[in-house]
Amino acid sequence: MLALVITVECIACWACEPICPNGAIRVKNEIFRIDKNSCTRCEGHAELPQCVEICPVEGAIIDAEGRAMNPPGTLTGLPA
Amino acid sequence: MRDVQESGCGSNPSVHALVADHPCYSEGASHRYARMHLAVAPACNMQCRYCNRKFDCSNESRPGVVSGVLLPDQAVERTREAMRRLENLRVIGFAGPGDPLANPERVFATCRPLRQQFPELHLCLSTNGLHLPEAVEAIVAHGIHHVTITLNTLDPVVGEAIYSWIFWQKKRRRGVEAARILLDQQLIGLSALLARGVLVKINTVLIPGINDSQVPEINRLVSEAGVFSHNVMPLISAPEHGTYYGVMGISGPTEAQLQQVRDRCSGAARLMTHCRQCRADAAGMLGEDRQAELKINASGGRVIAIQPARREPAPEPVLLAVASSTGELVDIHFGHAGSFRIYRVIGETIEALGEREVVDPYCHGDDRCVEESHSAASLNRLLNRLHDCHGVICSRIGYTPWQALLARGIEPVNSHAHWPVREALRQTARKLRQQRAQNIPMAAVAGMK
Repeated sequence: MLALVITVECIACWACEPICPNGAIRVKNEIFRIDKNSCTRCEGHAELPQCVEICPVEGAIIDAEGRAMNPPGTLTGLPA
Repeated sequence: MRDVQESGCGSNPSVHALVADHPCYSEGASHRYARMHLAVAPACNMQCRYCNRKFDCSNESRPGVVSGVLLPDQAVERTREAMRRLENLRVIGFAGPGDPLANPERVFATCRPLRQQFPELHLCLSTNGLHLPEAVEAIVAHGIHHVTITLNTLDPVVGEAIYSWIFWQKKRRRGVEAARILLDQQLIGLSALLARGVLVKINTVLIPGINDSQVPEINRLVSEAGVFSHNVMPLISAPEHGTYYGVMGISGPTEAQLQQVRDRCSGAARLMTHCRQCRADAAGMLGEDRQAELKINASGGRVIAIQPARREPAPEPVLLAVASSTGELVDIHFGHAGSFRIYRVIGETIEALGEREVVDPYCHGDDRCVEESHSAASLNRLLNRLHDCHGVICSRIGYTPWQALLARGIEPVNSHAHWPVREALRQTARKLRQQRAQNIPMAAVAGMK
């Protein structure tokens, strides 16, 4: 399965980094990205990708097709 | 109400020692002793509806907001510096900007050297309680004698209106289920802490119309459990904070409303009324956000400073560049801007001076914005285009260009993302004028999330 991607919406809050079971979250100069060779989308570890489950920002993680894993309105409860 | 001064001849003589010089636990101490929060805990495991961690606004004074995150060794360095400069420093607190217990390794890795090097300092920690039960032994083992739990309701149905979600056992959980898990964890953690002799304070955010009726009940329960102090604090809420409550128009209580609720709290836990709702990187005496004397450059780290005093200097022109697609909102990433709009701000007057095109934007990446897609030559050309500006306002900015701007004496501002341009200009100009008036090096007040 294709790896997930972190977008510029990322606020560098670090929530995803310690819980990634594959150590796929790479941080350089406060810019977070997912190593595409290490990301398994948590298959075999959890039902859903852990970074997606803890990320507080809508649209900060997208799939290979560019779809937001947490679309607008789904996390804040605010109208999108 | 328990009297600390007399506790020496009462049941627990150590309580006096624990609170006598802790400004958050004793109002008397708050006039004499200083505390410092070390922002070593960036991650959080839940979303409260009064919190928005997206924006790093140095003009705000509220929990969860901080201008830079420290690594454990930087935090120790910062403490060493603070010990030299704040002679009345007695307390080191861990309060965020996320939840300390969502970052246990970072917090405890900071506690270990602190305890060895500064055994005289009290260590304290604030938490939402979600991961408290499993952390109690580590808390005790690391010499943390004071813990604050934020407990806003005893009713999961009310909790649903306060918490958007929690991350629990590999899943994001919402609604009553989430609120119930949180409440269980808070109460289990509370009992465990008390059983281990830790001094516990409860914070309750008073959210008018949401949890008013809950507060006296919380006060009764925690008093009976043996909690030392209960801090009923007002919700801080404004639309520009971008929090759920702020945007939805749920505002904080009036003084009278707060007093009314506090009056209904009659349990043995002493009501804390001197709380100043400090930032997660505050230092100094309570309510003092202005120790310009404490500018610490932790080894190899970012320069973090405590907020300077506010004064009203005479208006001087400030030249600002803004990354905005239409001129309405601050909506463009620094590296993606095809042009910058230039404005001169004098006092409250804003004058548009036109646009400066960027031949080749600094960042050629797509949404991923990885380091490899950046060109140093483009960055230099861009900086030359902005050489006369005092600040650049953009929605986001990477670390490299941030540092490069600072090196040129240009203030990067990303704390007004998605604000109306004019409001962002006013705020930024005001801040820069204040800095200038106090001769604070630009870098000293720059924080990077």
